[in-house]
Amino acid sequence: MRIAVLSGKGGTGKTLVSVNLAAVTKTSTYIDCDVEEPNGYLFFKPENIQEEEVSIRIPKVDEKLCSGCRKCVDFCKFNALAYIKDKLIVFEEVCHSCGGCIMFCPEKALTEKEKVIGKVQKGTSNQVTVYTGILNTGEASGIPIIKKLLARNKPESDKQTFIDCPPGSACIVMESIKDADYCILVAEPTIFGVHNLAMVYELVKVFNKPFGAVLNKCLEGENPAEKFCLEKNIKILVRIPFDNELGILNSNAEIAVRKNEKYRTIFSSLLETVKKEVHHETTSNS
Amino acid sequence: MKIAIPVDEKSLQSNVCVSFGRTPYFLIYDIDTKKSVFLDNSAAASTGGAGIKAAQTIADNKANILLTPRLGENAADVLKAAEIKIYKTTTASAKDNIDAFIAGKLPLLNEFHAGFHGHRGN
Ligand code: SF4
Ligand code: SF4
Repeated sequence: MRIAVLSGKGGTGKTLVSVNLAAVTKTSTYIDCDVEEPNGYLFFKPENIQEEEVSIRIPKVDEKLCSGCRKCVDFCKFNALAYIKDKLIVFEEVCHSCGGCIMFCPEKALTEKEKVIGKVQKGTSNQVTVYTGILNTGEASGIPIIKKLLARNKPESDKQTFIDCPPGSACIVMESIKDADYCILVAEPTIFGVHNLAMVYELVKVFNKPFGAVLNKCLEGENPAEKFCLEKNIKILVRIPFDNELGILNSNAEIAVRKNEKYRTIFSSLLETVKKEVHHETTSNS
Repeated sequence: MKIAIPVDEKSLQSNVCVSFGRTPYFLIYDIDTKKSVFLDNSAAASTGGAGIKAAQTIADNKANILLTPRLGENAADVLKAAEIKIYKTTTASAKDNIDAFIAGKLPLLNEFHAGFHGHRGN
């Protein structure tokens, strides 16, 4: 079972929810797909780290062979190539590694070269296998790293996998939830929270994924995010109360369920609810 | 000597367009012959790398000077390779900026913003 945890922006509790769910599960895998700012590992402090670089293929020109026909420049729909003063310029950060220019070059002047854009780390923290994707700063797209992270983790039915998605609803998020069985949307009880929730809500609907909402930092009184859920008929999985203790544990990068029975109960019951939801989905779809 | 300017409309009186890569047209003004040519900016519709493609267009049309309010790093790299000098526009109309340039009153543009890559954010 693969569960993706999303939110419209960072800092809403996306990491809190995915880390604690993974920690409360008997054996689980936690995958941090927020490759621009991974922070799950700060909580898990994984041991026995194994590391692997992720690289993409970008074109390299052999100026002796290049005739200046510009077929490659015209072909590249990402505009990663320019031809100036009898020289081809490759904008490596703009290139999407489609390989098209290499195929189209009539002089065979273009070849592939590898370029490292980041890495994937694997480690363990008690019963949790922790994967972290890290994109080097300045790189355009973390998608190749996410592909690698998720390809490593083909779903195993007996093991729960929790995917901490990048914030927002751009294509990198779509890549992260593509193979998820269930999506958890994390929202804060503010007007901005509703705006961010609406963003990811649209996304999971487009992907036709079963989903539910976790309302974080809940206080007494008006909760616009809750109202939004009721209006749209979104299942509320749990309301996590706003409390200082949780805030402190979180800011000390402690995993709440490993420290305090109260949170253990909250997240265990959230896990049970999610499992039931997924089960319900699979039986009603077959 | 030819000057390129991103413009909102096909007229010398037009305002300078705020975006280099996404401008609808480029004005190419020849200082020696005082002739104006307007080019459609085919980069305006592209999903990414618009600045690179627009800079290629400017270079292909043999401009020596670019007047623009702002410019991205990638486009600046293309223009530098093409040895095109970049000046910052200081007023709204294209014509006024040309006059200011000829009078030597426009500053060189030397700050370039980072690219807005297609995948970041939303
Ligand atoms: S297609 Fe090949 S030969 Fe033509 S400009 Fe590109 S690299 Fe040079
Ligand atoms: S590999 Fe694709 S994206 Fe990269 S430069 Fe070639 S055509 Fe453009």
